[in-house]
Amino acid sequence: MTLMSEAAVIQGRTLPRGFAWTTLVASIVASAAIFLALALAQVTPEFNVAGAAVVGAILYLVLVGVISRLVEGRRKSIDRVMAGVITAAFLIALIPLISLVATTAADGINRFDMQFFSSSMRNVVGAGGGGLHAIIGTLLVTGAATIISVPVGIMTAIYLVEYGKGRLAKSITFLIDVMTGIPSIVAGLFAFALFALVFGPGIRFGIGGAVALSLLMIPVVVRSTEEMLKLVPNELREASFALGVPKWLTIVKVVLPTAIAGIITGVMISIARIIGETAPLLIIAGLSTSMNYDLFSERMTTLPVFVYTQYTIQGADAQAYIDRAWTGALVLIIIVLLLNLIARIIARVLAPKGSR
Amino acid sequence: MTARAKARLGDRVFQAAAMGAGLLILVALAAVAIFLIAKAMPALVASPEELKRDGTDFWPYVPPLIFGTVWAAFLALLFALPLAVGIALFISHYAPRKLAQGLGYAIDLLAAIPSVVYGLWGILVLAPAVRPLYEWLVNNVGWFPLFAGPVSGTGRTVLTVAVVLAVMILPIITALCREVFLQTPPLHEEAALALGATRWEVVKMAVLPFGRAGIISATMLGLGRALGETMAVAMVLSPSIIISFALLQSQNPTTIAANIALKFPEATGLGINALIATGLVLFAITFVVNALARVVINRRKEFSGAN
Repeated sequence: MTLMSEAAVIQGRTLPRGFAWTTLVASIVASAAIFLALALAQVTPEFNVAGAAVVGAILYLVLVGVISRLVEGRRKSIDRVMAGVITAAFLIALIPLISLVATTAADGINRFDMQFFSSSMRNVVGAGGGGLHAIIGTLLVTGAATIISVPVGIMTAIYLVEYGKGRLAKSITFLIDVMTGIPSIVAGLFAFALFALVFGPGIRFGIGGAVALSLLMIPVVVRSTEEMLKLVPNELREASFALGVPKWLTIVKVVLPTAIAGIITGVMISIARIIGETAPLLIIAGLSTSMNYDLFSERMTTLPVFVYTQYTIQGADAQAYIDRAWTGALVLIIIVLLLNLIARIIARVLAPKGSR
Repeated sequence: MTARAKARLGDRVFQAAAMGAGLLILVALAAVAIFLIAKAMPALVASPEELKRDGTDFWPYVPPLIFGTVWAAFLALLFALPLAVGIALFISHYAPRKLAQGLGYAIDLLAAIPSVVYGLWGILVLAPAVRPLYEWLVNNVGWFPLFAGPVSGTGRTVLTVAVVLAVMILPIITALCREVFLQTPPLHEEAALALGATRWEVVKMAVLPFGRAGIISATMLGLGRALGETMAVAMVLSPSIIISFALLQSQNPTTIAANIALKFPEATGLGINALIATGLVLFAITFVVNALARVVINRRKEFSGAN
């Protein structure tokens, strides 16, 4: 049997080109017909789309597997079935992701108006109000976290790539790995523990949130910068040394400019990562319905916390709160997308000439 | 390379600054450990009466939370891992070339969607959508312990949470796996093709063995995120402090992170200390997972032909 099927492969006895597509269409039509019949016969209350798709897919895999095995042999048949399974995995994963983006866009658009971007939630009960205080809070807290993280992260990466040798560099690398795995809520607890020891247990302010976010952001910045610095060819450094340029000037004038596009991309992506953090801010930055421009005093709401509280603390007119939550989510997603897009563009524009 | 030049002032300052940044990270992490322990200590040594947590001690309070954390993360990984490897293979080796880059970009973007949005979607879209399925499962395969009834009326069960977590960690695992699969040496693949291998055989013989360390590290990263994920769980799950394997009931074991997020705003006095102590436990768990991942990856690296 095996010998025969091997022979089939070698002889190249194959199914016609459109075989897979034809079978796919046939299976889906057959499956849809079955489910339509079930619906018409009142067995199921309505036409079950999900059921039809699942049965159609299984039917396709079985048909392709069996027919291909009979005509083309065992190995070709496994190949075809696995291609189907892998494509199916991709399609299955698309369902929740598309649903997520589509729902956020569809429900978020309800309150995506001028009022949302021009007013806070101060004294608002029920409909109306907006997320301006949360947007300002997000910009301030994320900005502060970036100002703390980027210099520390880039300098650490420079140390690791250009200077680091021996035990200190090894332990820093290890600790960066550990930091990457810190759950965000633990970062929030740390910031709380730190500031509560200094200012008392009731402390809630924006800068605490920024410290917690830096803890999450620094390892991402270090990692991406490290990768980028490692990509800088050693010849460039050696050429610079050969001209008698000091090491620190070589780093500042040669290594960093060569890697700058990648570094900025990494920073943007790390900002996109932390801008959606909720848990640490819930703990240390607290809740507020009013505008607050001061990082160092009073509670400060950010967009993710705004979304969370709009959902969890609903007033009498629940739909108004849920609408605001979706709009907050939509604004967040748009910000994240924009950051990613800008990162890509910067990477394109600043990429060193001739290396592409 | 390092010629013995005389040390310049600029060099010394710059090196000191770089090293200082590195040391700052050491100090920061030490501070995390020290402050958390300092704040957790009162709860660890307090007597049951003082803790007034249903009159129980701290230590009996933690195991259900640990169980919930690990159980939810494990279920999420169970869903996410096969799918993620499938998607990564699809993008790297099956999808048409022109489509592949766009798909990879889309996956990268999805990794950046904030967890609170996943939470909102989980509770407002997913939970109502899966309720009929849960009822069907309980009615038809309820004899199987995992699907034991009575079914939850809201769909806010640990299974829903696991699906949301799986969707969240899917892009992370996929992105890393794809990177690794794309790095498979073309010579390995071409050699397999030249021997007459089919596409699946190329994947099985060249791509997957080469990417094994990468898959493991991606899995561990996903696991770490699932373990520490707070908002999606806090929003979707209807929580209780129990140990139960049942997937579809309205009583679900909650996770450490979600428990902290839900209880912290109202906590006072020793309650805060107890929550911080559970946070310390979570920190320890994720630390162990990450350390294990590191050991596995470092060991595999020597054999995989990478580097």
